[in-house]
Formats: sequence, structure tokens, C-alpha cells
Amino acid sequence: MASLRSKDLLGIAQLSVEEIELILNTADALKQVAERPVKKVPALRGKTAINLFVEPSTRTRSSFELAEKRLSADILNFAASTSSLTKGESLMDTARNLESMAPDFIVIRHSAAGAPHLLSRVCRSSVINAGDGMHEHPTQALLDALTVREKKKRIEGLKIAIIGDIAHSRVARSGTLLFHKMGADVWVCGPPTLVPWEYHRLGAKITYGIDEALRGADVVMMLRIQHERQNEAFLPSTREYFNLYGLTRERMRLAKPDAIIMHPGPMNRGVEIESEVADGPASVILEQVSNGVAARMAVLYLLSGGAGLKPEKLRR
Amino acid sequence: MDSAGIDLALARMAAQIVEKLTPAEDFALIGIRRRGVHLAERLGRKLEAVLRRPVQRGILDITLYRDDLTTVGNRPLLRETLIDFDINGRTVVLVDDVLFTGRTVRAALDGLMDLGRPKRVQLAVLVDRGRRELPIQADYVGKYVETGEREMVEVRLSEEDGEERVVIVKMP
Repeated sequence: MASLRSKDLLGIAQLSVEEIELILNTADALKQVAERPVKKVPALRGKTAINLFVEPSTRTRSSFELAEKRLSADILNFAASTSSLTKGESLMDTARNLESMAPDFIVIRHSAAGAPHLLSRVCRSSVINAGDGMHEHPTQALLDALTVREKKKRIEGLKIAIIGDIAHSRVARSGTLLFHKMGADVWVCGPPTLVPWEYHRLGAKITYGIDEALRGADVVMMLRIQHERQNEAFLPSTREYFNLYGLTRERMRLAKPDAIIMHPGPMNRGVEIESEVADGPASVILEQVSNGVAARMAVLYLLSGGAGLKPEKLRR
Repeated sequence: MDSAGIDLALARMAAQIVEKLTPAEDFALIGIRRRGVHLAERLGRKLEAVLRRPVQRGILDITLYRDDLTTVGNRPLLRETLIDFDINGRTVVLVDDVLFTGRTVRAALDGLMDLGRPKRVQLAVLVDRGRRELPIQADYVGKYVETGEREMVEVRLSEEDGEERVVIVKMP
């Protein structure tokens, strides 16, 4: 028997090493559902999942949807553009309304950090954070860990370089938290305007030179520049960014010969990564996508036990 | 039942399987996690000795097909299903340690059908303790045991438990 301590998955910060390993092991076992003639198991039959995507997303939303479907859950999708959120309803009221439909899971992506946390306090359902602002994106970190473990057979002791727009990236924060917890040597790298100093406190080493980040790296994780989250000029130009921080074949020689290259997507070819590298043999970008479904299935399956259901704690 | 008793029961089951499935019939053994896996392995070795040909073995994890997933609090630990052969059109003998309510076998049948369409499915168990809750019967049984409602049959195998014994435990 196994279980997570909380009814929700809000972030990597709240997970223990044992819980992370449990999710990864469960995901390993669930991966094979995708390889069978019948790509569906009845584990979540009769359960309802609401996907509340207040911020646009294709990859994560379809990944969650597929994970829910493969576990036989029923699904309700809300997108920002088609819901009453655009009519001035507050998140709290949306949450209460959704809760009245008695779902078992609410998967939420929101541009405001902490939105899932707010929801988890007013909802009986299991709330899963599918990305909140610039804060956390726990299932992305879990699928990244699944991919690294599959390719490298371990996480502990690996040098993992996360390169790009660290400041605006929830992938970087969740990834740093997870890989640091699992004993990896985590480096974050980018222009000084895009690397917050607080990453020291999360257990990462900081460098502003890509060569230092790449040297001897086992895993290279590239992030895109999040133009939509930037009001000010953090960079002179994307051309200069590519020259200083773009991942090229030549630069990859600094990493270990068997290093793998990851990218959470969407990828901007020619900005943070050269096409030849993105499509090269070291790239595991597409494996990340298939592992995403398995990681999310594992989270849904483990949370469906309702381990942490404590109605007395609910604020109504 | 001790180590010799378990081995004798397995030998008897192997003999029944040989008798019932003509030597030419293409069958495979699939053990249900966890103890059924070891029993399928041992049965397989006995059958190979008699039939003088390889007998394929697979492992089935039924967790995702259990009918109590919505009622049990903790999630049962999920393990991989390992069947590296095609079950379509073949005879499959499911192997488990104890046949009790029949619910595990029901889950195993559902799980198996999602992997393909076997020609027929049979069931081999080391111990049949009765008290069925579903209309399911075994084709090969090592030992029948009369049990009470508040009793549990524990099969302990060296691979999992470090000893070879079948015991009846009284629940408090």
C-alpha cells in the first residue's frame, strides 16, 4: 500500500523524496498502458476530473486529458476564453461552482501564483497544479525526472544544467526543487537579468556563463524566453541571446559525451536551441512528452485514494 | 502445508495440466502478482521437465482492475505487467496462490482481455479455500481447505517470505 500525504499536488516543495520515488515508480508501471492494444484501464472509473485552464496550454492540457482518459475518468474542460472567468467571476466563486459539481479532481493552470493553493483550501476535490504563474509546475518536474531516470538510471550525483529564462520559469523552479531533493548537482544559467539570486536558496548553483553550466553536464535542460511574461527589456535581442546562450553542437561538446538534452516546450528554434541539436540523437524532447502522460496518470492514480481528505480543514 | 507439501501440490497441478491440455496445445502460464508469479515459475519448470519443451511465463499485475479501488483508502502499489508474448489465440493458464472470493481472478480476466483475446483461459491455484463471492472456479487445485469467515490462508514462499509454508491465520 502506498499513498501521498496530501489530497492535492500543489508543488514539488511539499513532496518528500519517498513520495517522489513512489510517483516515479508508479509512472514506470503505467507507461505500458500506452503500449497495449487497449490503451485504457478502469482504475478511475466513475471519477470526474475538471480541467480548468485559465492560461493557454496545449501540451499540458492534452497530456492531462489523455492521462485522465486512459484511467477511465470522466472529463470536463474549461478554458479561459470560453468560461465565465472572462465575465468577471472571481476564482473563488468559480471554484465554489465547480465544487458543486462534485468532481474528484480539479486540474488548474492559472497565471497567478498560488491559485491552486487557494482552490485546495475551499475544495474537497484533489487539486492538481498544472502550472501557476511563475511559481511551480510539479508534473513537468516529475516527467523530467522520469525521463532522466529512464535514460541515466539514476538522478543522484548527476550534473543537471537548466539554461535560459530562469526568472519567469515555473519549470525551472519545480525542476530545481525536485532534482536537488533527489541529490543531483543542479546548475541554473542565463543572463543576469533572468536568473534570480534566490535560486541559491533552492539548492542550485548559479552561473551566467553557459560554458560553465555545460561543462561535464549529464543533463542539459533548455528553457525558452517567455516574452509574454516580460514587460521590460531583459535582453538586447534574441539574436544576441542565441550567440551568448543558445545551445549549439559546438557548445554541447563541453557536456559529457552521453549527455541528454531536454526542453519542456514550446521550443523556439534558433533562439535558445539550434535545430540540429533539438533534432539530434542526444535530444529526448519527444520522450518527455510521452512520459508526461505516464507521470500525470501516476499522480491521478495516487491522489485518487483520497489520502488527505480532511473536511474539517475546509473553509466554506 | 510445508515445503514438501507445496512441492507435491505443484507436481499434482502440473500433472493435471499435462493431462488436460494435450501435449500439442500451445499454452502459456501467467502468474498473478505477487505469489502467483513464483508459483507459475515453479509450475513452468515442472512442465518443461515433463513436456521437454519451453513453457512461456508471464506476469500480470491486476491492481488497476481491482473492484475495491474506490473504497480502499491507500493506493495499492502498482507494479509492471510483463508478458512478452502474444496471448491472442492461445491457451492461458492463470496461476495464483489462494482462490477465495474470486475477485482477484475477475480482475485478472479483465486485465488479460485488454491485452488480447486468448483462445481459452484456465485457472490454477495452490489453495482453494472456498467462500466464493463470484461465480469463478479453478481448473487445477493443489489443495482444498475448509476455512471460516474470520480465517486467512497465508501462502509463504521462499522467494517472497524466506520460508515455505501454508498456514491458516485466525483474524482477531
